Amino acid sequence: MSPAAVKDEILAFDRPEVVADRATHYCPGCHHGVAHRLVGELLTEMGLVDKTIMVTAIGCSVFLYNYLLLDAVEAPHGRAPAVATGVKRSRPDNFVFTYQGDGDLASIGLAEIVHCANRGERVSVVFVNNTVYGMTGGQMAPTTLIGQKTTTCPGGRCREREGMPIKMAEIIGGLGGTVFAARAALNNVKNIRQAKKFLKTAFEVQTKGLGFGFVELLSACPTNWKMSPVKANQRIETEMIPYFPLGIFKDLSGEGGVC
Amino acid sequence: MAAKKPKHLDVIIAGFGGQGVLLIGNLLAYAGMNAGLNVTYIPVYGAEMRGGTANCTVILSSEDIGSPIVHRPQSAIIMNRPSLDKFQPRLLDKGVQIVNSSLIEPRLADTKRVKSVLVPCNGIADKLGNSRMANMVALGAFVAATQIVPLAAVIKSLENVISASYKDLIPKNAQALEAGAAAAQ
Amino acid sequence: MAKNKRVFIKGNEAVAYGALAAGCRCFFGYPITPQNDIPEFMSKAIVDAGGEFVQAESEVAAANMLLGAGACGIRAMTSSSSPGVSLKQEAISYMAGSEIPAVIVNMNRGGPGLGDIGPSQGDYYQSTRGGGHGDYRTLVLAPGTVQEAYDLTVKAFDLAFKYRNPVLVLGDAILGQMKEPVTLTPTAKVPASEGKAWRLEGKGKRKPRIIKSLFLEDGALAAQNRHLEAKYASMAGEVACEQFQLKDADLVVVAYGSIGRIAKTAIRKLRAKGKKVGLFRPITLYPFPDAALAKLAKAGKKFLTIEHNLGQMVDDVRLAIRGLADSAFFGVYPGDMPAPEDFEEPIVKALRRKA
Repeated sequence: MSPAAVKDEILAFDRPEVVADRATHYCPGCHHGVAHRLVGELLTEMGLVDKTIMVTAIGCSVFLYNYLLLDAVEAPHGRAPAVATGVKRSRPDNFVFTYQGDGDLASIGLAEIVHCANRGERVSVVFVNNTVYGMTGGQMAPTTLIGQKTTTCPGGRCREREGMPIKMAEIIGGLGGTVFAARAALNNVKNIRQAKKFLKTAFEVQTKGLGFGFVELLSACPTNWKMSPVKANQRIETEMIPYFPLGIFKDLSGEGGVC
Repeated sequence: MAAKKPKHLDVIIAGFGGQGVLLIGNLLAYAGMNAGLNVTYIPVYGAEMRGGTANCTVILSSEDIGSPIVHRPQSAIIMNRPSLDKFQPRLLDKGVQIVNSSLIEPRLADTKRVKSVLVPCNGIADKLGNSRMANMVALGAFVAATQIVPLAAVIKSLENVISASYKDLIPKNAQALEAGAAAAQ
Repeated sequence: MAKNKRVFIKGNEAVAYGALAAGCRCFFGYPITPQNDIPEFMSKAIVDAGGEFVQAESEVAAANMLLGAGACGIRAMTSSSSPGVSLKQEAISYMAGSEIPAVIVNMNRGGPGLGDIGPSQGDYYQSTRGGGHGDYRTLVLAPGTVQEAYDLTVKAFDLAFKYRNPVLVLGDAILGQMKEPVTLTPTAKVPASEGKAWRLEGKGKRKPRIIKSLFLEDGALAAQNRHLEAKYASMAGEVACEQFQLKDADLVVVAYGSIGRIAKTAIRKLRAKGKKVGLFRPITLYPFPDAALAKLAKAGKKFLTIEHNLGQMVDDVRLAIRGLADSAFFGVYPGDMPAPEDFEEPIVKALRRKA
């Protein structure tokens, strides 16, 4: 490439400052990077970066603080909503969010997420659902689909034995303290745009002091699904979305929230 | 014991739940505290309380108090029969007990090993117009019998244990304390 | 709160008063007997004082809320009793690993398992050996009187921030339920700068801060543990104990908390009979007052440790006096209510024992 050609280049796409300029440790085709970026973009656009306190969880996203340059505290497995409660009650003027995976939020941390939402804590929750325990090597998650093979359900998840995959956005949407609960997917541009819109509303219900906001993001884990990234994206469309429908399950953001 | 002023006195106060034994335990402790003594108060609670008897231990002392728990007390206020059965045998030799003779047959009170002061607490309280003040009658009698704190200190401490909304009941309770003291003389 | 006001309160209430006097801003709790007076009192009092009260969904959540508040450099606490404190151990380990200040109150009840709701000292090991997973220590303060429950709770907050470490206040069902007069101190003004060097408050224009206990990089965890070890060693100066009638004593009775004061009565009774016995009551269980015990051992005294368990602190006593003396042990079973009379015979027996 000649120097002249470089001069003519126009910067069309950059990262927000809050997103670290570093190599990713996530696997090829993993959607955590997309989710991280959406959060980083929104915090920047909404002017929240300086006053954000981020609560990280256990799972692949435990290193979130390496990618989002924010004040952060690391919560024990599943406890991020309890930690976030303590943070928000201590610093009500700060913006507080948790970022949790399906094992963390929908299994070991079910009590914490349900009660945090039900109390209507003024925090936002980003829930990444990829139907598998990623960091520990691909075990069955509470959201693993029927028939899906994992290292702890090698014959495929069976309804009689393991029950049905748990639908968190619907559950959270049914709770009194929730102001906004929605589900989006990160498998294509259209869905990513919707995800960003939902995240924005979830963040706004906090900044407006309305209550609890929750967004579930259907995400790919090609490594543990043993698929190529393209196939994994397709699986979201053909297997996940039919079971985990996209959309808004509760939205009181226009009604002044909950008391 | 009634004659000389002891520097240390422990008492177990026992009766039915609802007879107000914890209230007079608190009142005695406040009176001790207001009179410049060290005091401890400990109730029994939980499973034992659900059995229908309540008791508490109060210690008043001029020196710092070690154990708040007393197995063999120097004195007792016994408001009902089950409490007599339980605590009379534990009372130290020459100990003092106030026995509520309205609810306990007087012949059951030991008058040899210990000093039993029989006071018809409910009867006296009834005459004053409210049998629920039997506990105050008993405490008045106890203070008169042991002289551990002046009766006036107990009366003055009523405001510590009776909430502001029931303030108008203080004179009646003071009367019951005085009547109890008179009965023990 | 008027200066030097005197009140007549339960040990549980004294803890709550002490927390408020220390400037505690957040209370996170869950009901469990015999400490319910603390959350009940705090649910109004801390809110009236402008703070936050949350009745958590579980002990696990309460302790993790505490972790969140502590990470923000806010004075916060939780209280519970033995089974509940077991559940809090997860967060306590994380707080120790992440160096988060916090105050945890345990009104010890009988165990193991559901046990009973009466007093016990069965949680000594759990309290003084970290309690959760990993190799860490918490400062452990063991009040013996209601006044101490108040004073040591105030102190617990200062120590938590001084060392950026969880601090345990370890009482029992006796202390929690008994009432004594307490002299209150004026409410502390917590300096606005407390924790300024590390607390989370949004990064603003500075570099982001990360409070964490995960150290995967080569050598990072070992370095953190080395740092923690040095910190624990630096706590030695906080040691505190009560020594009662030990000067001429032939036998030192070592007992803490409620058992310490019950033993004191037994010792007074035996003194009246001419027995040369005295009391050593550790007030800090971690750090443990080894040096003071070793000094007594060097003076040729005999030892008897009395606990409301099957023998836990006696290990620390024996370690403190190793090579110099040994300690006999007398234990009251959790489930039994100890009285001074129970201790007289074991004390006399230990006094007669050959050194």
